[in-house]
Amino acid sequence: MLKVLDSAVPVACWSCSVAHNDATLFCPHCSKIQPPPGGDYFSVFGIVPRLDIDLGELEHEFHKLSRKLHPDRFARAKENEKQWSLADTALLNDAYRTLKDPIHRTAYLLKLNGAEIGEEHSGKDRKDPSRVPADLLEEVFDLNMQLEEMRMARKMGEADLELQTSLEKAKRKFDGLLDDVDQDLRAQWQAWDAGDTAKRAAAQKTMVSLLDRRRYLSNLVRDVTETLGA
Amino acid sequence: MAEGRVVGIDLGTTNSLVAYMQGDAPVVIPGVDGLSLVPSVVALDPVPADGGRPSVTVGNSARKALVETPERVIYSVKRLMGRSIDEVQSELDLFPFRLADDIEAGEVPRIQLGELRFTPPEISAYILRQLKRNAERFFGEPVTQAVITVPAYFNDAQRQATKDAGRMAGLEVLRLVNEPTAAALAYGLDRTNVGTIAVYDLGGGTFDISILKLRDGIFEVQSTNGDTHLGGDDIDNLLTAVALDEIHSEHGVDLRAHPSAVQGLRKAAIDAKISLSTEASARFDIELPNGDRYQREIPRDVFEQLIKPVLDRTAGPCKQALTDAGLTPEQIDEVVLVGGSTRIPAVRQLVDDLFHLAARGKKPHNELNPDEVVALGAAVQADILAGASKTTEEMLLLDVTPLSLGIEALGGTVARIIQRNSTIPASATEHFTTGVDGQTNVAIHVVQGERELAADCRSLARFDLKGIPPMSAGLPRIEVKFLIDADGILQVSAREQRSGLAAQIEVKATYGLTDEQVESMILDSFDHAEEDFAKRQLIESRNEADTILSAVERAPESPAWKHLRGEEQAAIEAARDRLAAVKQGDDLAALRDATLGLDQATRRFAELMMDAAVTTAIRGKTMDNASDELGEEVTAPHPMARAEFK
Repeated sequence: MLKVLDSAVPVACWSCSVAHNDATLFCPHCSKIQPPPGGDYFSVFGIVPRLDIDLGELEHEFHKLSRKLHPDRFARAKENEKQWSLADTALLNDAYRTLKDPIHRTAYLLKLNGAEIGEEHSGKDRKDPSRVPADLLEEVFDLNMQLEEMRMARKMGEADLELQTSLEKAKRKFDGLLDDVDQDLRAQWQAWDAGDTAKRAAAQKTMVSLLDRRRYLSNLVRDVTETLGA
Repeated sequence: MAEGRVVGIDLGTTNSLVAYMQGDAPVVIPGVDGLSLVPSVVALDPVPADGGRPSVTVGNSARKALVETPERVIYSVKRLMGRSIDEVQSELDLFPFRLADDIEAGEVPRIQLGELRFTPPEISAYILRQLKRNAERFFGEPVTQAVITVPAYFNDAQRQATKDAGRMAGLEVLRLVNEPTAAALAYGLDRTNVGTIAVYDLGGGTFDISILKLRDGIFEVQSTNGDTHLGGDDIDNLLTAVALDEIHSEHGVDLRAHPSAVQGLRKAAIDAKISLSTEASARFDIELPNGDRYQREIPRDVFEQLIKPVLDRTAGPCKQALTDAGLTPEQIDEVVLVGGSTRIPAVRQLVDDLFHLAARGKKPHNELNPDEVVALGAAVQADILAGASKTTEEMLLLDVTPLSLGIEALGGTVARIIQRNSTIPASATEHFTTGVDGQTNVAIHVVQGERELAADCRSLARFDLKGIPPMSAGLPRIEVKFLIDADGILQVSAREQRSGLAAQIEVKATYGLTDEQVESMILDSFDHAEEDFAKRQLIESRNEADTILSAVERAPESPAWKHLRGEEQAAIEAARDRLAAVKQGDDLAALRDATLGLDQATRRFAELMMDAAVTTAIRGKTMDNASDELGEEVTAPHPMARAEFK
């Protein structure tokens, strides 16, 4: 009898009928590919949910799993195996894409733990004045004015060098603020990963607001870049 | 049951090729004429005397018909694949073919060819069938599975149309592979490379740039970008348009009203373009219908200035691909050039500038023939999929989706659910609900593209989630799973979570054929049958024998005949008589043997004819003989069809 993890639901392998836990991509008994497992993105890579992860190892594991799961390996397999290879590989790719990016990884893990996180590129946030971080209110107001002026000037075909320089300076400043947020986020990773319940809750709260701030800043930077590059 | 071979096909805008893995190296399979490139030109033969359906020719012979019967010929059909009527309409301004006049909005466009009408996938299917037959002739066994390449920047509809074409041609398309990635596979085969490479692929009608990371046999695409309407065609059209304008203003002749004259001029423009890759200057010398001559010297610098706007359009996608991959030009270790248009020196200069190559003491890679490299890579991918080879067992291609996938949200904005450059297969799950009490349907509009408004993106499909149990508004929770498969094609499934019912989905692709339509367009319904295959092989071999026999019949009229020794002439006549006798029987092997015998006997004669043809050609082209030569250049058939049996 196979040892089944407590957290996972035992299911029977479609091919050999031996029970295994539902977090596995291949049957440990007959090695056949299994339908997409039910666990989270971390479990796809066989790691416990945490924020500070070794990207080199993650990539290595991604390549190893890709070699086994990819539809190219099942081009002439039975229809059900083909379908599962497709679904499993999609899951693997989605998981890798999310986990390799520090911001996406943080947002994903916090969501898993019940945090409410806005969408990265949702257009509404930018226009909603209530979302402006309080310490940036004045600067953002000025910046929006300048952006509007710049767009008008562009439309008229005028080049306003002074405005351009000022916007470039603002972009550098907001880029710097973004870097600060990223560093602050990283600083919270250890606290979360350590696993102490009270500290973890505090870290989660801090990271949620940092992510909000980050999203606002990155939309702003994107606006400036687009306006400058137009 | 033993699995058949999987071939790799490059279905190009200008030329198409089929290749396979011979041992541990990919090779291109030649056609009956001994040449590897099959021009992507399809011609409708004249209506037969009995009034039946006219037959269809593909390749060099179809190209000859371009000047004689331009209204029965279509080329560059790849530019029309998976496109709407509106898009095709503007495209067609540049080409001699026309849409059928009974087309309704929302339909897949059909092209009027003589008295018949064809959708772009059907035209492509004829090209694919020709390649399939070339491969079958080469192997002496049926070929039913293939890998087909598509431009990396092809959208969902264009990919689906290509897959449909494969099915119509009797091919199971095991995978669509992106052209630049295929090229990387062909280059990566003989090296154990670790590094980052950029593939710059400027073909006949499309431009792609892909950036890949190579590591331990894994080819991981980091980003891709491009333009599905940018290529050598645009340069040809530009040169042709300039010449047409000059002829009009200087000689008062408007050639635009004469399709075959335009085609003759276009042919001269292509020749000029090709020679300008090696010569400092090219020359138009064309006799006009009114007896005037249009003579024009085109120095290379004038040509380069003229085409600069076209070439510059490749710079934006390259920069975007670098940004998306998070790389600087200096971080690109190698650049690979693909596509015939990369032979143009100005293109190489542009690539050099974009990736700072010369400054770093590097040169772009062009060791493999840029016309063949994509097909060779397709053959490598075919070998990977067949899964039985030591050479490729460690290789794996991880490609990305070129365009973001989104759904139309309130106010016509796009909610992006899968970002561009995501490794495929990729998926996204979205939840929908109802807005009205008792509502049982929810409509969803899926788009592809990077713009903020759905109207500016490419509409992929609209679908209806049906059979939602009637509940208060906002209560149903319908989970819709969007999955982009390894071919880059979208699949959708849905489930109502509260009732656990699988919601029915009716996907109406915005552009494309239904399954039933594709089914009805399958070219040879019995193509798979073994018996049928044997029959066809016999018929094809007889046709081939006829072709070579009739050429030999006319041989004594050729000046080259006199240069043969008496015993050479006698040997040809003996081989001819033997083939004529064997042709009556049903013995395929004997027929092939006799064909080969006659081919060998005439080889020296063929060479003599070629020499004579080369010395009389080249200079002093007039409109008339420029058109005669159509098809007699690089890709022209051997004057005596050469037989190559394995």
